[in-house]
Amino acid sequence: MLPKKELGLLLLLVVISGITEALNPRFLSGVNLLDMANLIGLFGIFSIGEGLTIITGGIDLSVGSMFSLLGVIFIDLVANRDTGWPVALLAVLSGGLVLGAIQGFLITKVRMQPFIVTLCGLLIYRGAARYYTDDSTMGFGYGNDADTLSWLASGRSFGIPHSFIFLIAVALVLGVVLHRSVFGRYLFAVGKNEEAARYSGINTNLVIAGAYVLSGLLAGVSTIFLVFYTNSVSPSTFGNFYELYAIAAAVLGGCSLRGGEGSILGIVLGTALLQVLQNLVNILGIPSSLNFAVMGTVILLGVLADQQLQKRREAAIAVAAQRARPPGFSPAE
Amino acid sequence: MTNTQEASPLLELAGITKVFPGVTALDNIDLSVGRGEVLGLIGENGAGKSTLMKILGGVEKPTSGVIRIDGQDRESLTVTESMRAGIAFVHQELNLFDNLDVAANVCIGREPLTFGLVSRKRQRERVAPLLDRLGADFGPDTAVEGLSIAQRQLVEIAKALSIDARIIIMDEPTSSLTLQETERLLKVIADLRAQGVSIIYISHRLAEVKACAHRLVCLRDGRVVGHLAHHEIDHAPMIRLMIGRDLKALYIPPRTEPIEGGCEIRGVVTKGFADARLNLSVRHGEILGLAGLVGAGRTSLARAIFGIDPIIAGEIRLDGMPVAVRSPRRAIRNGIFLVPEDRKRSGLILDMPLVENITLASLMAHARMMLVSRASELAVSSAQRKRLSIKAAGDKGKVVTLSGGNQQKVVLAKWLSMRPKVVIFDEPTRGVDVGAKSEIYTLMRDLADSGVAILMISSDMEEVIGVSDRIAVMHEGAISGILQRPQFSEYNVLRLAIGQELD
Repeated sequence: MLPKKELGLLLLLVVISGITEALNPRFLSGVNLLDMANLIGLFGIFSIGEGLTIITGGIDLSVGSMFSLLGVIFIDLVANRDTGWPVALLAVLSGGLVLGAIQGFLITKVRMQPFIVTLCGLLIYRGAARYYTDDSTMGFGYGNDADTLSWLASGRSFGIPHSFIFLIAVALVLGVVLHRSVFGRYLFAVGKNEEAARYSGINTNLVIAGAYVLSGLLAGVSTIFLVFYTNSVSPSTFGNFYELYAIAAAVLGGCSLRGGEGSILGIVLGTALLQVLQNLVNILGIPSSLNFAVMGTVILLGVLADQQLQKRREAAIAVAAQRARPPGFSPAE
Repeated sequence: MTNTQEASPLLELAGITKVFPGVTALDNIDLSVGRGEVLGLIGENGAGKSTLMKILGGVEKPTSGVIRIDGQDRESLTVTESMRAGIAFVHQELNLFDNLDVAANVCIGREPLTFGLVSRKRQRERVAPLLDRLGADFGPDTAVEGLSIAQRQLVEIAKALSIDARIIIMDEPTSSLTLQETERLLKVIADLRAQGVSIIYISHRLAEVKACAHRLVCLRDGRVVGHLAHHEIDHAPMIRLMIGRDLKALYIPPRTEPIEGGCEIRGVVTKGFADARLNLSVRHGEILGLAGLVGAGRTSLARAIFGIDPIIAGEIRLDGMPVAVRSPRRAIRNGIFLVPEDRKRSGLILDMPLVENITLASLMAHARMMLVSRASELAVSSAQRKRLSIKAAGDKGKVVTLSGGNQQKVVLAKWLSMRPKVVIFDEPTRGVDVGAKSEIYTLMRDLADSGVAILMISSDMEEVIGVSDRIAVMHEGAISGILQRPQFSEYNVLRLAIGQELD
């Protein structure tokens, strides 16, 4: 049995898919579905990382720029410096991890606000990427040895894009971590009430920093998939606004920016819904300039509907609580 | 100007009663303040002073009774009416905007406008004479940020004067002032009085009340229990007025003698009280009550023992071994637990289910390979729920739906499911209904009998005297004395709490 939020999201996804299919039967064609699966995979992986930071009550605005910086480093290592792909891969993953760790350190130990720390990350990484390449597009040359990795990142098995398979794997693992593990419970606890969590002996700094490290690591992973998707990196545009897609997917998927709420399934469904919407714009011949406007409208309506439902539920709880409260108690003095 | 006590008082309260659901906070209060009179108002924590002030400020409406201002009867006041009637407050916590200057703070909400814009010049001109009147040593342009607490208080008073206040209510105005600053404030009060301003002076510090009040009224349990005329004001009669109710028999004697050892606090200096060294020991198997007036440093001590605030000097020993409690995490590992004062903020995650709150501190014990065993958690949770008779629909309901007493039991369940050595209870029964109160006392005694050292901070005199095996009393950051059971009385606790010797 799915939780109410996820169920609602799934229903919305089905309804929108149904409408699109009715208007243009190409929507459910194999080619279109697999293309969409690929995109859902690409965007889903880092959206999950974003979701974790949002659950702690924070935000990570830096992922889009991380793609650009880690992307140019990766291509430079593979194409220009003849580094073997395993080393380059390791460099990108640990790069994401380290950037995430630095951000986590600034947020927890230095007590800076997540919005500011990661906004500065967004600016710094983008600038560094552009400086590193002299603002020119970088591509793979011919005859490098990254073919294995290329197949791993952009190939298909049994017809299913690897990015999608990888997303499912990440979602399963992190689903268990978030919803079944000690760390996951701490993430929610810290997001809901950091002080009470600290008073219960939780190392809240470590938990919060952990979310940023995971977000950075998943951004590193996504970099590889994205680089092989586009096969080149223009440092000034690569990954632009992707952090906003991730935030949108997480919020649509039930993460509250106040922290303490969200689920991995919700984030994946949120990502899927965003991609279906994009696809709908394309396939129905809606001018692509309206792309963002459609997405914004749907997110707004989705979050509004969720908030209204939440209010109703809370009112019901409050009434129940009032009934359960014994007479004779008052908050006087 | 003359100091006349006119026939009709400026402000008169007749039969003011305030009933909250189930609790009578104020019961038939009669009170009057004459023009240019300083009325001292004393009473223990929870005697009803704050509720009374809220009614005068228009924040609460009385259930019955009459508020008479200038001979005009009203049933209640709104905030605006209270201001119009010339009632102003100088609170314990000052409500100033740090980022603005003095003049802007005084005129806040009533800024003089020129073409719709704030006229700083007129603002200054309006505020400067008020500051002169108070003998302030700073000008209207000074940034509030840089002012001392005493200076800020003058700003608050200037604010009161700027709305032509006729009655200024000062709630614990000297709690953060030095001796000299207090003396200056008392002089300002004398000047204001001479200018015909009336003052209601609320304070725990009996010496100040004695120094400035014409007349004194004491509240206890929501009632006026006595008046003292100027010449009668002295420490002994004041304390006698504040106490004097029969304490219900709450005491459950321990089944075993306390064992030496336990938690020793040696020469500890806490944040906020840099020149007070604390020495205290809580033995295994005893409930040590920690009494004192609000702001005496009890919570600071609890925060230091539990590792929330750093200990500036000294050490804490557990069974003779020094323990480093640099964080709540370390404290918990050493078996030192805290039931915090504000359970909604620091004790519970209200939005989480009962079971997750109960196992939050011991989650590792329910996990294998870092994965939480739901069955193991639920077993502990439901066992604790039954043991403490927590009234809840089940283990999976959110804690926010529970009553205050049951919420507090959830906090207790969290610690009882582990192995406590020392438990600090900070106001364990605040906002808890009577039935749950006695259950919590029984639990505390059971814990003590099982060898746990218990430190109970409480502002509820009945609780301190009724529950403790010994009482340590704090005054201005230091332990002012320790009472054994035969010495227990409200009189003795209060004397130590205001920093005096026992008779």
